[in-house]
This record gives sequence, C-alpha cells and structure tokens, in this order.
Amino acid sequence: MNQTSTLERIIRGVLIALVLVFFLFPIFWILLMSFQNNDQILRIPPSLFFEPTLQNYLALLTGRLETTAGNLDIAFMRNLGNSLLLSTCSVLLSLALGVPAAYAFARYKFRLGENIAFTLLSFRFAPPLLVLLPLSLFFKHLHLTDTYIGLIWVYQLICLPLILWIVRGYFEDISPDIEHAYRISGHGWWKTFRKIAIPLARPGIAAAGLLAFIFAWNNFIFALILASASKQPVTVGALAFVTASGIQYGQIAAAIVLSVTPTLLLALYAQRYLVEGLSLGAVKG
Amino acid sequence: MALTDSVRSGMTTATPHAQTATRRPGRHRLTRRALPYLLSLPALLVCIGILIPFFTAVYYSMMRFRLNLPMMKGFIWFDNYISFLSDAAFWNTMSISLLYAFVTVTGELILGLGIALLLVRPTRINNAVSIMLLLPLMTAPALAALMWKLMTNPNFGILSYLVGLLGFTDFRWASDPSTALLTVVLVDVWVYTPFIMILLLAGLRSLPKQPFEAAALDGVPRSFVFFRITLPMLMPYIITASLFRLLDSIQQFDIVYSMTQGGPGDTLMVFQVQSYLEFFQYTNVGRSAALLIVLWAITYALSNLFIKHWLKLRERAHGPA
Repeated sequence: MNQTSTLERIIRGVLIALVLVFFLFPIFWILLMSFQNNDQILRIPPSLFFEPTLQNYLALLTGRLETTAGNLDIAFMRNLGNSLLLSTCSVLLSLALGVPAAYAFARYKFRLGENIAFTLLSFRFAPPLLVLLPLSLFFKHLHLTDTYIGLIWVYQLICLPLILWIVRGYFEDISPDIEHAYRISGHGWWKTFRKIAIPLARPGIAAAGLLAFIFAWNNFIFALILASASKQPVTVGALAFVTASGIQYGQIAAAIVLSVTPTLLLALYAQRYLVEGLSLGAVKG
Repeated sequence: MALTDSVRSGMTTATPHAQTATRRPGRHRLTRRALPYLLSLPALLVCIGILIPFFTAVYYSMMRFRLNLPMMKGFIWFDNYISFLSDAAFWNTMSISLLYAFVTVTGELILGLGIALLLVRPTRINNAVSIMLLLPLMTAPALAALMWKLMTNPNFGILSYLVGLLGFTDFRWASDPSTALLTVVLVDVWVYTPFIMILLLAGLRSLPKQPFEAAALDGVPRSFVFFRITLPMLMPYIITASLFRLLDSIQQFDIVYSMTQGGPGDTLMVFQVQSYLEFFQYTNVGRSAALLIVLWAITYALSNLFIKHWLKLRERAHGPA
C-alpha cells in the first residue's frame, strides 16, 4: 500500500478534484448567483467575473421586492424566523422528553421499553404522509392548524427518535458503576441522574441535539401539509417564494443561501458526531 | 495510572444493580419499579400520538371518502385496494417508485464506495474532503432541488449552457418526460451519495489491518484483495447503508415535489407525491390512504429486514442484550 506510483497518485488527485467539483459546485454557483442582478444572471455565456451586488439580500431583509410589474411583499424573513423558532423549540422539547426515556431504556431492562423503542424506530421508516394526512384533518378539529404548538408537537416525530437512539447508545457506553458508587454514598436517584449521568453523556446529548436541529430545519413535508402560510419554515417558504416571484432569480438564490447556511455551518461544527448520528449508531465510527 | 487501575478494578467488582435495589426498603422498591415507566412516559405518549392517526389512515383506506362529496362517505372494505389492481395510474406509481429507488440506491452505492476508497487513507487532505462532502447531505433536499432547478433553467442555467456546448442544444432537464427521471435522480445522488460515503468510509477505516498486510507480503494482486478481502468484510456496512437509503428513497417526496410536482404528466408520480395530489387536489381521502398503506407495507417488509440485521450488528458491538 505504501509504494504507490506517481501515476496512481495523480489519478487519485484528479478523481478527488472531480468529486469535489460535482458536490460543491452547485453551492458555489448559487452563492455567486445571490450576488448578481438579473442582467448578470441572464448573460450568455455565464461568467465568473461580475460586479457583486447586495440588492438581493437587501430586498429580502426589507421585505420589499421592486419589480417592473410593481412592488411585491415578501415574507421570507418571517419564514426564516419560523424555521428558527420551530427547530429550536422542537429540539428543546425533544431533549426534555427524550433524555430521561433514553436513560430508562439504557439502564433498565423492561418489556415496555423495548416495545416503545421499536415502535419509534419502525416509524422512523414509515411514510410520513401516512401520519400527516389524517393529522391534517384532526388539526382542523383541534384548532391547531394555525399554531406553532401543533407543529412543534408533530416535529417530535423527527427529533425524538433521533435523540432517543443516539443518547441511549451513549448511556449504554457509560459504565453504571460510577452511578452506583454515588448512590451508595446516600444520594437519591434524581440527583444521581442530574449530577453524574447527564454530565457524562453530555457530548452525546449535544450531538443528538445538533443533529435533530438540522433534521427539523431541513424538513419539508411536515410543514407543507400542516403549517398555515404565516407559520411556514424556509423549506416551504422558498418554494412558495419561487412561485410568487417568478423571474427574480437573484432573490431566489439569496433566499436559498440564507436558508441553507445555518445547517451547513452547524454540520461543519458538529461533523465529528455526524457519522454516528446519521446511522442512528448502527455504524460505530 | 494507579487511579485508573483502581477505577477499572472497581468496575469489575461493583455490585450489580439488582442487589443494591433489594437492600432498600419497600417504598423505594416500588418507586424503583415504576421509575423506568415514568421516565419513558413521554415517549410512550408520542407513540400513541403516532398510532392514532396511523389507525385512522387504515380505517380511511377502507372507505369511500371524498372531502368534496361528504354524502357519499361509507365503509367499502377493500374496494379501494381492489380498484388498484386494474388501475394503470397505480401501476405507473408502483413501477416509477421502484425504478427511482433502484436507480438512486445503485448509483449512490457505486459512487459512494468509489469515493470512500479514494479517501480511505486518513491524511489531512482526505479528511478535509470528506468533511466538505457533508455539505450536500446537510442541505435540505427541497432546497437542493430548487438549487438544481436554477442551474437547469433553459434561459440561464449553467448546466443547460454546459450541455449546450456539448451539442445538446435543446436539453430540457426536468421539464422533458424523457430526461425528468434522470434530473431528479441526479439531485438525489448529489444529496445522498455522501451519506453512503461516510458510512462506508467509517467501515473501511475500522477494518482490521492484518489481512491486508498479509496479502501485501504475499504479493496478492489488488483486484483479488478488493473482491476477496475488502468487499466481504465491508458487506455489513454496505447492507446497512443501502437499506437505510432504500427505505428513504422509495418514499421520496421533497426532491420530486419541489422539482416537478410529479410531472411532466405523470412521469414522476412516486407514491407519496401521488397520494399527496390524490388528497389535496382530488380530495379523495380513501384512495390516498390506501396508496399510502401499500407503500407502508413495502417499507415495513424492508424495514423489518433492516431492523433484524441491525440488531445483529448491535449485538456484536455491545454483547447480547
């Protein structure tokens, strides 16, 4: 393996470069587009060199889009705020519900526990619409259609299984003996859980939380079906924006850039944990 | 050193859970018993929350139930399913979903394995490249579809321009029935190949070194090493990664819906898109639910296969439960 020829090294280098171009070029190109005005975008042949403009971002920030056909109000900043609110609240709720349950699954062997764990895991693989379509009818009856609470509740379907399975794996990897020692010295269960178990599993809890945040942010189908226009996150909002704004390509590109930046930054920050998290711990990286 | 040693010996001799429990008085034993149930109560409630709409969907699937014709509502047993058998639209949905899943997973598996092999040596450059490749995977698929839609726009799309240079002057990507599948598959491959790549890379790097060293000493040809040593040892990872992808891919919605909404015509009417339109456009709740139950039956069979296999892997890693 060590004596690789120069030729092989060159071929490997070229192939890696091609891979990078394929996977990074779309992001790079949309980023460029977001700094161009429509004339520059429509120019043939396309050029890498142009005078960058911030007008697309300004239009999104101010919410006023000036077109030849008149002014158009855009609520894209509101979508961005909705995404932030929905994802953050969903993850926090999921952690509050999921970490104690994950602890119970890891530390106590009980029948119900296995059943719950498997029901949740098998629903990770069920078609989301199967649950969402009946829910959309229920939501009307329960008056949840125009609320954040209804969405945050349903987002638990994305976040909770993820948090349960990842955090459970972390609790299982920690020896229970430290907890036993602490308990024998006279501390209650709750104190042991808070002072010993949670701090030890903190990296796992953080990783699961970040990953759940990314998945909640990237989700499209839940909000498409259950969210009213004023509660839509960026994934749904961007599609509506494309339909509404027609040919304002620069603004569309800028909206996409603003929508994907938070998750991409989080992904780079948390990349160490992603392998394990993405496979629900099926592959120990 | 001494400290870690004492901790380690402490770990092996510490009293097991059950014994400490029996030493406590009765009231504690009762709370102890109830504790795991109390802790998992929220998860249980969420489970019930999912199961209720699920059973409702099963019920709807056996009804004549159209939102625009509430008077016609009635229980019709399996008529919705039976009508599928002679319904060309249903078989179109079935075949396009299976084709989509097969093409994407095969493409992603080959490409992902190739990239993982390229990056297997943990040099600084290779690690940086594998981190960069996470970016498409962390892009929301619905937004990724919009990005590709901008790049394949017939007026200014960079990709339309590039294939134009190659001589395909009227290449219409997702709006042409003959290339629509190719276009959405391309987006799917762009988003999800990194998933297979990072799983297989983790697998490749965790393989034991000795068989490879022995083969190198004996001067065994590299194609032989790959097919007889690398591939068989990597198989558990390959199966896990492709089953994971297969289950998601057969249910693809985000990319297809954002890109073409199932069109042009019915070229890309995969299961979830078809049942979405059935529900919201034709307001036929019964048919929509029945379609989803068929999809669920397919994924259930596949996911059972997956969970069984996965438990085996887990057992190997943690010891029997």
